[in-house]
Amino acid sequence: MEEQIVQEDIVKAAQEEAEKAEGSRALYEVKMKFLGRAGIVTAMLKKMKEIAPEERPSFGKKVNAIREKLEQGFAAAEARVKQRELAAKLESESLDVTMPGKRQKRGALHPVTRVKNELVDIFAGMGFEIFEGPEIENDYYNFTALNTPADHPARDMQDTFYLSEEYLLRTQTSAGQIRFMEEHRPPIKMLSPGRVFRSDDDATHSPMFHQMEGLVVDKNVTLCDLQGMLDEFARTMFSSSSKTRLRPSYFPFTEPSVEVDVSCAACGGKGCSLCKGTGWIEVLGAGMVNRRVLENCHIDPDEYTGFAFGMGIERIAMLKYGINNIKLLTENDVRFLEQFKD
Amino acid sequence: MIAPFSWLKDYVDIDISAEQLQEKLFSCGFEVEELTYLGKDVTNVVVGKILSTEKHPDADRLTVCKVDCGDHGVKQICTAATNVFAGAKVPCALDGATVLHEGGVQKIKNGKLRGVASEGMMCSGEELGITDDYYEGAEVNGILILDESEPVGADIRPIVGIDDYLFDIAVTANRPDCQCILGIAREVAAVLKKPLKLPALTYTAAQTDVKIPVEVKEPSLCPRYVGHFVKDVKIGTSPRWMRRRLALSGLRSVSDIVDITNFVLLEMGQPMHAFDRNFLRGGKIVVRRAEEGESIVTLDEKQFGLHPDNLLICDGEGGVALAGIMGGLNSEIKPETKEVFFEAAKFARDSVRKTSRALGQRSDSSSRFEKGVDAYTCPVAMDRALHLVEELGCGVPTCYRADVNAQDLTPKTLSVTMEKIDSLLGIEVPKEEAVAILKRLFFDVKEEGDSLLVTVPLWREDVDGWPDLAEEIIRMYGYEHIEPTFLTRASVTHGGWTPAQQQELKFKRVLAGEGFFEACNYSFYSPKDFDLFRLPEDAPERRAIRILNPIGEDLSVMRTFLAPAMLQNVVRNVRRGNAEGRLFELANAYLAEELPLKALPKENKRVTLAVWGEGDFFDLKGAVEAIAESFSLRLTFERGEKPFLHPGKTALIRMGEREVGWMGELHPSIAEELALEKPVYLAELDYDVLSRKFAKDIVYHNLPKFESVQRDLAVVVDEKVTCAELENAILRACKAAKKAELFDVYRSAQVGAGKKSMAFRITFSPEETAEKPLSPEAVDGFFHKIVGNLAHNFGAELR
Repeated sequence: MEEQIVQEDIVKAAQEEAEKAEGSRALYEVKMKFLGRAGIVTAMLKKMKEIAPEERPSFGKKVNAIREKLEQGFAAAEARVKQRELAAKLESESLDVTMPGKRQKRGALHPVTRVKNELVDIFAGMGFEIFEGPEIENDYYNFTALNTPADHPARDMQDTFYLSEEYLLRTQTSAGQIRFMEEHRPPIKMLSPGRVFRSDDDATHSPMFHQMEGLVVDKNVTLCDLQGMLDEFARTMFSSSSKTRLRPSYFPFTEPSVEVDVSCAACGGKGCSLCKGTGWIEVLGAGMVNRRVLENCHIDPDEYTGFAFGMGIERIAMLKYGINNIKLLTENDVRFLEQFKD
Repeated sequence: MIAPFSWLKDYVDIDISAEQLQEKLFSCGFEVEELTYLGKDVTNVVVGKILSTEKHPDADRLTVCKVDCGDHGVKQICTAATNVFAGAKVPCALDGATVLHEGGVQKIKNGKLRGVASEGMMCSGEELGITDDYYEGAEVNGILILDESEPVGADIRPIVGIDDYLFDIAVTANRPDCQCILGIAREVAAVLKKPLKLPALTYTAAQTDVKIPVEVKEPSLCPRYVGHFVKDVKIGTSPRWMRRRLALSGLRSVSDIVDITNFVLLEMGQPMHAFDRNFLRGGKIVVRRAEEGESIVTLDEKQFGLHPDNLLICDGEGGVALAGIMGGLNSEIKPETKEVFFEAAKFARDSVRKTSRALGQRSDSSSRFEKGVDAYTCPVAMDRALHLVEELGCGVPTCYRADVNAQDLTPKTLSVTMEKIDSLLGIEVPKEEAVAILKRLFFDVKEEGDSLLVTVPLWREDVDGWPDLAEEIIRMYGYEHIEPTFLTRASVTHGGWTPAQQQELKFKRVLAGEGFFEACNYSFYSPKDFDLFRLPEDAPERRAIRILNPIGEDLSVMRTFLAPAMLQNVVRNVRRGNAEGRLFELANAYLAEELPLKALPKENKRVTLAVWGEGDFFDLKGAVEAIAESFSLRLTFERGEKPFLHPGKTALIRMGEREVGWMGELHPSIAEELALEKPVYLAELDYDVLSRKFAKDIVYHNLPKFESVQRDLAVVVDEKVTCAELENAILRACKAAKKAELFDVYRSAQVGAGKKSMAFRITFSPEETAEKPLSPEAVDGFFHKIVGNLAHNFGAELR
């Protein structure tokens, strides 16, 4: 009897069988063989009644010790098998992580919109309100009020699309200046972006393009302030080292009038093909608001002065992105447009 | 405006290079668009003297010459020209020289001609790029034979007049006074701080009894008319110096009298005309409007029917010149002309422009008048012409002058202080500097206390206020003196996008998020687009505003809706191999109340969308729904019809009762016409109407206390029953049903012909105030109510 319950033998046998078991199912069967209701340990306990009562406690202790050992052994074996099975499952589930991701295709804003937004953000930060005037204008707002009466030679500077004797497609966003000043009193800081139209159509001109007009009217505004503001604009828009240069020009609604060149960001002003070797790029027109224009809007030119500037948004976009043909901006080829994603 | 360097030097002692002068002109407002050195293509060509000529031993047509080129040695040169002879001086291109040849530049090298060494080449006038106007004999067939006095070995360029620069100057519209050599010279003198040497204006006036009275009937169109009588005219050829200058400006020489008028035009900017006095019928001049039906034949033998808008110079009987544009053939200067009546007048620029445009007749005169000619210059230019007549000896100026002037020629005087000027510029310009600048520009300046009384030169009609003086001062003082400041003394203002502009930007970003690229099209398109879109004759879209002067018919009407341009974008993309894509455009259409326009038209902001290649009707609809969701709009879709859309795949989009747009598949017949193989889906919505209902802000709802319950419902209905009908019926049948989403449509023989099974997932939610969750029994009740309703209204059977 005593020999039948050698602890080491049973535990060793269970260990060997458990190790041979492949998978949790087989292991369970081995476990049942030893610890199940019809297992070896139960069979041993059933023999209890055959044993003399005084030996029973020590016998019981022995069997319990065996059960404990077996349970520990099986717990370890189960953990081992589970680990192995998980590893196999994970292995079988592995992905080709280099395959493409799934996503909603994204579109993009037009480069002119992007640049317009950028310009507006720069000037909005300086306190400019945004104003959008009508694209179809009458002669008064587009010309006469801007000090360009009917026989003025400056009318020839811009080839105008006429819709009737009186109505036309605005040739400049400057038209918005007058509408704004009729409604607002100084201090004025206004920015007017929008479509403009000229009957020009060649490699560098488009019959429709976008301009952005800026207007400041207040007490004590000077030409120095104009350049200071445009310097700030150039530094934000182009490069932190950008500079501006003023040179004389002519617009009927400003006096003095200037062309504003920005130092070439491509070469830093040394001269390259982009700036045609001059180190400067013509970017916008500007000037001190003509007294007549202020008078036309019932603003006293002896009390207030102002400056205005206007730039072509396409031109800025072309400079910024290196776009070489203005036509690309209205062809709407998706291969072009998709390059301007955020 | 072309200005030869050498001509400018007649009036100013220019001691800087042409390139330096270009910089100076640029700094004071005259951009030199092109600076050309006339002799740039003629290098290493010198004066040679032919010592001997011999026949070529092996070629009948060639002559072998020995040519003395001075310091460059004696060269043996073979030539095919037949006009060479011993003792002749000729232009000689040395080894390595360049000359002009058939429109290009040719390099000359030592070589052999039929076995005989030839060291260089003797040149014709053409090879030097010159004509008889530059040098006598330049147009003869053969080698240019130079004057005997030319120094052997000298560079040929100064000798034949090509050692010179042409400045092509952009003159701004406010400076018509600078549309001439003298005007530019004034600026050059001022910027170089040098005196201006005026051209000679003197002449001796001979007695005459002849009178040619001038009557100006339209002083507003002809503010000044100066005429002068010249007798004893002997028409000849003008001297080379004059012909060369005309040639440099692209004018051909005609005869000395005519050349003088053109020369004065170039020099002083005053167009002139010369009449043969003997053909002035009635011996007088009348300036008047043409009569209806009157006509004139101009110098170039073109006949024009006239209108009272056209100003006409007449003699006692009829037109002798189209004012400011061109003289009449009847009174032109001929070789036998003996007496001349010169005209130097100011015609109103608008009048000349309108007549010139209306008749399609232009000239150097008319383009100058269109820019503006000042009344002051008329008699000065006349004096100059008379001086030249005397200098050239081609006639005798008389004492008879007619001068009809309606313009006030009192010089304008402006009063200004340095304080005002400085307050505009933002810097302090030294007073003496400012005064000196104005004086150099021929303004007369008197100082009275703090004020400057500035008298404006009469040719500066552009200057009419003190800010003009500030500009004159700063452009000469130099814009580099401006020190950038940042509104040091101005008020602070608030800026930024308006809420409406922010919404617009968000709208675009939503569409970009849905995979759409923003397009930008012209605001005008072709009326043929309306035909392509199969719009009936009375369609409101056809009531488009026409451009009176379009670039072409294809860009001649203002858009009344955007889709046609969008469709053209799709076509262009497909043709370029972009097989799929999504585009949108947000822009104005232009809707006229009345045509022709009586008021500003309505600018109607609209959005158009296109999906092609990949995706279908519901992809496009998804984008419209995304807009609705982003701005909390309630849009509904119903079957509709548009002539340009597939009749079975067209939806009208409504917001409330109002139709706000449409969407659908492009009509297959239009797709076929445009060779589009795959369907194109288009939509267009009225952005202005949508934007009025955009949610201003987010409206927050508390989360429900109890969970919602979802039940699936599948019913079999007739094919013609729509999803929207069922969805609406479900939501109406039961208040607790908050959402009904279609998730499956199934057709089979089992379901039955002409029938379909539609499955909805219905979400039931308890009231916000409910005290307990929805019980399964309550949901069962809702469900049965819905089934009953669908069965009653649509004959729907539960599956």
